[in-house]
Amino acid sequence: MSLLQVKNVSKHFGSLIAVNDVSMTVEPGELRAIIGPNGAGKTTFFNLITGFFTPTSGRIIFDGEDVTALRPARRVWRGMSRTFQVTEVFPELTARENLRIATEVASGLRLRPWLSHADNENIRSRVAELLDMGGLAGKADRQVGELAHGDQRAAEIMMALALKPRLLLLDEPTAGMGDQETYEITQLIRRLHKDSKLTIVLIEHDMRVVFHLADRIMVLDQGRFLAEGTPQEIAANEAVQTAYLGQAA
Amino acid sequence: MSELIKQQSGRKLAVLAAIWTALVLAPFWMPLVGGYTALGTRVLVLGLAAMAVNFLLGFTGVLSFGHAAWFGIGAYGCGMILKFIALSTPLGILAGTLAGGLAGAVLGALIVRRRGVYFAMVTIAFGQVFYYIAFQWSSVTGGDDGLRPFYRQPLHLGVATLDILNNAVAFYYFVLVCFVLAVAAMAFILRSPFGRTMLAIRENELRARFLGIPVELHIWIAFTLSCFFMAYAGSLYALVNNFADPRGLHYSQSGDFVMMAVMGGMRSFWGPLLGAVIFVVFQDYVSSVTINWQIFIGFLFVLVVLFFPGGILGAIPRRAAS
Repeated sequence: MSLLQVKNVSKHFGSLIAVNDVSMTVEPGELRAIIGPNGAGKTTFFNLITGFFTPTSGRIIFDGEDVTALRPARRVWRGMSRTFQVTEVFPELTARENLRIATEVASGLRLRPWLSHADNENIRSRVAELLDMGGLAGKADRQVGELAHGDQRAAEIMMALALKPRLLLLDEPTAGMGDQETYEITQLIRRLHKDSKLTIVLIEHDMRVVFHLADRIMVLDQGRFLAEGTPQEIAANEAVQTAYLGQAA
Repeated sequence: MSELIKQQSGRKLAVLAAIWTALVLAPFWMPLVGGYTALGTRVLVLGLAAMAVNFLLGFTGVLSFGHAAWFGIGAYGCGMILKFIALSTPLGILAGTLAGGLAGAVLGALIVRRRGVYFAMVTIAFGQVFYYIAFQWSSVTGGDDGLRPFYRQPLHLGVATLDILNNAVAFYYFVLVCFVLAVAAMAFILRSPFGRTMLAIRENELRARFLGIPVELHIWIAFTLSCFFMAYAGSLYALVNNFADPRGLHYSQSGDFVMMAVMGGMRSFWGPLLGAVIFVVFQDYVSSVTINWQIFIGFLFVLVVLFFPGGILGAIPRRAAS
């Protein structure tokens, strides 16, 4: 069964139609990239999937269940977690504290007035594991807001991962990064996908990243579905070339 | 790195030891610097109230400008028990705390979706509602004259009786014990997983929401806890004065508490207590020189906000509460 089915969703902001009748199906274990020129509606589409916005029409089915009307936190509880285009972390807390909060929430401990010794040890080791995976072990006790952009992004991805999602949504994970940082984040995502078999949907501008990572690519243009296929198919697609060249012209 | 942490936690321990030594020995050193014990008692109670405001402001990132209402309801609740129902200090404190805390819980549920300035405005409005009730409903509250007469009652401890009414030092230590209980509860909550979700909401509500934290529920719990602490402080304040004043519910009183918290340092646990010390000392000494003492505290406040935006304790390097 498909993990995520987006069925004919549209989003209107007044007279502006940001997303127009777009459908998408994501299979378990897939890494799907969403690309498109600026203003194509990629982030709005993302926001509809994660519940930041409610669609004007259409349905969102996650793991066989209609989540269209559910608020963001409830979608998170069902296994959807995301990062944002502009990194969203807890800047004045340390990397360790950031991940600790995410891990405690994921473990259903968020209302606990105290933790048992066993809980505490579990959280501690899980946090250490996540810090390690994100390459943050040496910076764990520094405030996240003071870390380099790439490390902040890594911290955000690890927080999303701490929730043990079944679907991870990444909104432009390499936005604003230099080559080295882009490479590291790409490797991180690749490991999550290949080693942890995580289903990932990502929006990305950097075509090197997209073609390196994606199993399938969906292209949006001016709020509409333009094309979908493997990286090779998309590279050869004339409509896609026109959309990108048209924007460049 | 670990050297730095060691150094920081060493300094933290030193500060804590200094604070507790100063508090425990206050009745002995205060007269030496020209103070008196009752001044120390006021500092404890107002400091506790400022810490309760800051529990919400500094650690959840939610600004209430109507917290004097819960403080005042606590004071009236405690006073009414002593005046009309039973001559029992503990019962008065219990009733005052419950009355203010429960009223806060109900109101909190109504306003928890508002944010920022809107939240602050709504809390002012509701706070003023309680102020006018206290002011107008003379037959019950004493109106403009306040609620009187009532007196805090000696504590019967089984083997001995502690005369907190006439013995200022005994009363100071009684309030100190009450203060310690509340502060320990606050510190305990802030170190819990729930306390960390408060920090998460303060730091980044969007991120908190997309971690799966039901933000409104958590803000409501934090607000309610803060109201209980506030009402508890208010109950003690009624005992300090043997009097409950409608002006204790006024929004300018809420403003004073916020000012104490901001001046002392919102991000630091003890900051508001320091703010209360400065405020009460100014009020006591400067008001004996001029009735316009508030100009001076206002001036000091502006200086602190300009030069130490994190408050006086915020100017000292710190670690987040975890």
